[in-house]
Amino acid sequence: MEAKAKNYKAKKRNTRFLVYAILTIMSIIWLFPIVWIVLTSFRSEGGAFVPYIMPKDFTLNNYKILLTDATGNFPFVRWFLNTFVVATFSCLLSTFITIAMAYALSRLRFKMRRPILKIALVLNMFPGFMSMIAVYYILKALDLTQSLVALVLIYSAGAALGFYVAKGFFDTIPMALDESAMIDGANKWQIFTKITLPLSKPIIVYTALMAFMGPWMDFIFAKIIMGDDVKDYTVAIGLYSMMSKTTANSLFMSFTAGCVLIAIPITLLFIYMQKYYVEGITSGSVK
Amino acid sequence: MFKKSYGEQHITYRELFKKGDLATKLSFIIMGSANFANKQFVKGCIFLAVEVGFFAWFIQNGIHALGMLQTLGTKKQGLHYDANLGIDVLQKGDNSMLLLLFGIAAILLCVVMIVMYIVNLRSTRHIYEVKAAGEPVATFKQDMSSLLNERFHMTLMTIPLLGVLFFTILPLLYMISIAFTNYDHVHLPPKNLFTWVGFSNFGNVITGDMASTFFPVLSWTLIWAVFATVTCFFFGVILALLINTKGIKFKKMWRTIFVLTIAVPQFISLLVMHNLLNDAGPINALLKNWGVISTSIPFLTDPTLAKISIIVVNMWIGIPTTMLISTGIIQNLDQEQIEAAEMDGANKLQIFKSITFPQILFVMMPSLIQQFIGNINNFNVIFLLTGGGPSNSNYYGAGSTDLLVTWLYNLTVNTMDYNLASVIGILIFILSAVFSLWAYTHTNSYKEG
Repeated sequence: MEAKAKNYKAKKRNTRFLVYAILTIMSIIWLFPIVWIVLTSFRSEGGAFVPYIMPKDFTLNNYKILLTDATGNFPFVRWFLNTFVVATFSCLLSTFITIAMAYALSRLRFKMRRPILKIALVLNMFPGFMSMIAVYYILKALDLTQSLVALVLIYSAGAALGFYVAKGFFDTIPMALDESAMIDGANKWQIFTKITLPLSKPIIVYTALMAFMGPWMDFIFAKIIMGDDVKDYTVAIGLYSMMSKTTANSLFMSFTAGCVLIAIPITLLFIYMQKYYVEGITSGSVK
Repeated sequence: MFKKSYGEQHITYRELFKKGDLATKLSFIIMGSANFANKQFVKGCIFLAVEVGFFAWFIQNGIHALGMLQTLGTKKQGLHYDANLGIDVLQKGDNSMLLLLFGIAAILLCVVMIVMYIVNLRSTRHIYEVKAAGEPVATFKQDMSSLLNERFHMTLMTIPLLGVLFFTILPLLYMISIAFTNYDHVHLPPKNLFTWVGFSNFGNVITGDMASTFFPVLSWTLIWAVFATVTCFFFGVILALLINTKGIKFKKMWRTIFVLTIAVPQFISLLVMHNLLNDAGPINALLKNWGVISTSIPFLTDPTLAKISIIVVNMWIGIPTTMLISTGIIQNLDQEQIEAAEMDGANKLQIFKSITFPQILFVMMPSLIQQFIGNINNFNVIFLLTGGGPSNSNYYGAGSTDLLVTWLYNLTVNTMDYNLASVIGILIFILSAVFSLWAYTHTNSYKEG
């Protein structure tokens, strides 16, 4: 009996050791590209490709080139501010829109509710680019192309169909809560603002987080809308434009420096808000 | 609150017209009349303004816009002989693309107008019924407060739905119509006009010239979507289980390491991967230095290897997401059941196979379906990692690793075959819709959602 227990313990220790080993190896694989990019951003010698990983000389020069922008073709600071402005406004607008749609479709009962849910499901299945060119011409008719307002409009208008995750969350709040408030004489506006919203912090934070991060990461819409208007680029297309064939080699280290500067705040924000992210995706998809 | 609603039994509009007083009858022609007659001035003004505005627009632009839909323009831009002047003059010409866009916008505006007209009639009927029941007609103030109560959904949804109408539905209708025209690189307005051609584009893609590109790209898209979804799901669950193994320390730290790849914007991580895997990139250099290989591995330049690289890189991006979701599920699993199985002598693999995995699979089914459809439309991974390359001379406008969506992108941006692009878009939609419908009828958890 005792031998068996000992054997069991030893087995457990072995599995634990194995798990640590696997996790360590995987962590190295997962961190390798990230470490490489950080190292490259401090590398002073060579171009895009060097046959080693560790830089021979470290320098801050790549960051300086990026932030001072002597050539005037790659105004990184300006791109950063553009993206920040677009992200902030899109975040406010689309959070409002998403929460309003999700709340109405989850908690309120009206005639068009089921049809709207079905139509939204169908509309979401069309690939986004299909409408890209048409959206471009609509914005052109409104004289809005190549402007940051156009980007805010596009990101927020799309939010109205991305309500499914938030709706999933609202569905989980018991209806009895609304009913008891109604008996106490509250109207629907009061129920929404005084009862549901305070209970919905995780989903509001999740929605806002996603909406704020969208513009930092979106690439293709920004590229189509902005065309060649370099000074109004967002960081994503700006940094991508640094990787064009003629500049890729000379600007590669500055490009990685830009990546580091973008990735750090986004990553910190994300890690800090991780809890809400998990609650968001699980509440939306898990029944 | 518990007032009897008039919603259940309405009189028909025909009856309303017969029985109603003059103001009611007038409402059928002049919107808002009944509201004015019953002192709902603000409402009446809104209805009237909508009607006046609509007809002003309709006479000025609407008729023309709708009429032009039929031909999509007849006057080409270019030099035309002017009989009065006796010389050739530059004629501005029509622009089929704008004509089509305005035509569709005009149809949508007419639909909005019809909806407003019905709303107007319903309001008239409501007034009639309220008065027939001997109750006072709602004042403006009461109307406004109903927007925060019985009609709260209107307050919440009007603006978002208008956004959807003009930034999603209008563009989609436009692009769907393009699929039935010959808008390609030889019919670019305003220099050349395009016109309706019916279903011939669909024939071209499915059986004609494009079929030799379409079917290979379609099959790669499906293979990619299946592999990407399955690998990320399977290894994500295993990773989550590993981190949640009893007795493993620093759980939070492990999770954070993997979460980093979700947090780093994709355009950065994918462009970096593109560089890492380059023929002259660090990974090849490293392997050469170690003496493992003598010539570079063509990670992204050999068609087959590029496909494998894409799936592997996608695992690097996707596994952490699955890990996060399944961590939540694993923590809620019934521990007693697992312990009981352990007591009975089941080993880890058996527990995983018959207890843990099926439960996780059941809960994650809806999100898996979403991921599958998302992968069919996964633009970023392909565009930023390989750009569709390596190029393939057998394909029209597509490379070996292009998915249907990236091919669609190439067809619009590079070769300007808008008609083919929108046919592809419609086919992608049909693919996604068929798959979701199938899933909808085959999974229980999806039905409840």
